[in-house]
Amino acid sequence: MAGHATKQFDTQTLWGGKVSPFSSSYGKLMMWFFLVSDALTFGGLLVAYGFTRFNAQDAWPIGEETFNSLPFLGHGYPLIYVAIMTFILIVSSVTMVLAVEAGHRMDRKGVTKWMIATIIGGLFFVSSQAWEWSHFIHGSEFGKVELADGSQAIVKGHFGEIQSFTVVEGGHHHKKGDVIKDDLLHQYQHAIEKGHIENNIIHLHDGSLAKINKAGNEHMELIIKKDGGKYKIGQKIEGEYASKMYNEVVNSGEANKIIYGANLDQNEYGPQQYGQFFFFITGFHGFHVFSGVVFNFIILLGVLKGTYHKRGHYEMVEKTGLYWHFVDLVWVFVFTFFYLV
Amino acid sequence: MERDDIIEYSLDAHHSEEAGVKARKTIWKVTGLLTLITIVEVALGTFIKQDNSIWPFVKWFFIVLTLVKAAYIVLSFMHLGEERKGLKYVILVPYMVFILCLIFILLTEGGAVDSALIKYGV
Repeated sequence: MAGHATKQFDTQTLWGGKVSPFSSSYGKLMMWFFLVSDALTFGGLLVAYGFTRFNAQDAWPIGEETFNSLPFLGHGYPLIYVAIMTFILIVSSVTMVLAVEAGHRMDRKGVTKWMIATIIGGLFFVSSQAWEWSHFIHGSEFGKVELADGSQAIVKGHFGEIQSFTVVEGGHHHKKGDVIKDDLLHQYQHAIEKGHIENNIIHLHDGSLAKINKAGNEHMELIIKKDGGKYKIGQKIEGEYASKMYNEVVNSGEANKIIYGANLDQNEYGPQQYGQFFFFITGFHGFHVFSGVVFNFIILLGVLKGTYHKRGHYEMVEKTGLYWHFVDLVWVFVFTFFYLV
Repeated sequence: MERDDIIEYSLDAHHSEEAGVKARKTIWKVTGLLTLITIVEVALGTFIKQDNSIWPFVKWFFIVLTLVKAAYIVLSFMHLGEERKGLKYVILVPYMVFILCLIFILLTEGGAVDSALIKYGV
């Protein structure tokens, strides 16, 4: 250990056996071991995802088909949102390592500043994930459609706006001639799921019947995700014909032909397991980020109180930093294997 | 009293102002690199769709870029590159062995299940 002979001796660092394995402090080493085991958990989850995906092959959804929306801007931005999320997490990792660096110089103000930045980045990420979950659960305007031959297709295109419902037969609540303008999309989708639309007439909750005033859907594309009698996985149906087929299903009056959004039983994007893996992997990771934010906050309180300054070193910041970088590291892999490839 | 019969060691929890300037320079360099990689990934993903004939290469390129990103985070941000060799291997080798083994087993099996489903029906 000649090379280390000049280093300052620190009795507090030594473990019970009067040595420090790997010249590391107890806390840091244990954090590393925890991270290895946690990384194995995530590794196992991602490999299980790979196994299921290899089972399903072409039926599996493609990231850019599923995640192509931005808040306030709508559809048509494949992967941009998740790229922004990735960037936020990388930046918060950078501010964390800057906090650790400031700690090495005993710069309490610097540590405080960068820790706060890290916590803000973490909160941004968690809230972005909340938006993404909400979007995933609510789904698109079109949903996934089951065609006449039993095949299932996801739908791309421009959804024609629903202007209003004109009541043609009164019920408990609405009178004949009423024009309904509230909550249209939700009622429309709910009625389709229940098979309550026939020949452009919607059956409303109160028993009334109303005519749907809706602009036509444009640039429709049906991408087959489940084999049927006529269409096979991977086939694409485009243009007028796609629009016609979709409208036939909408107006068929049959229930459960179109699925919107996702839950643990079914989802509009692909096989059932896809939704389950999405919820579990991103949820488990999101929970890690949330815990990381809590840990960082607790450590920040310690920094503000001057606990670590009195102790003479900011190793606690380093330890919580290791955890935080690990969370970023996991997201790098989730980003690639869940969204990109 | 200083003893010489035990391994001497310090926390490595401190460095000078000059060392700090150097460390921050490295941090910003790595930040730039990670950002660049993410931008390249998204741009490639936007322009080259999965039905493109060069998609398999792009896919492997993504995986390589991911490993590069991961390496920079672990070695630079988590300072594993500055730890003792022994610690590096204790952390990386068992993990690599387990995960490569798992990837090999499960992806092979996944492909086999898929071809069995195609051959014998669901």
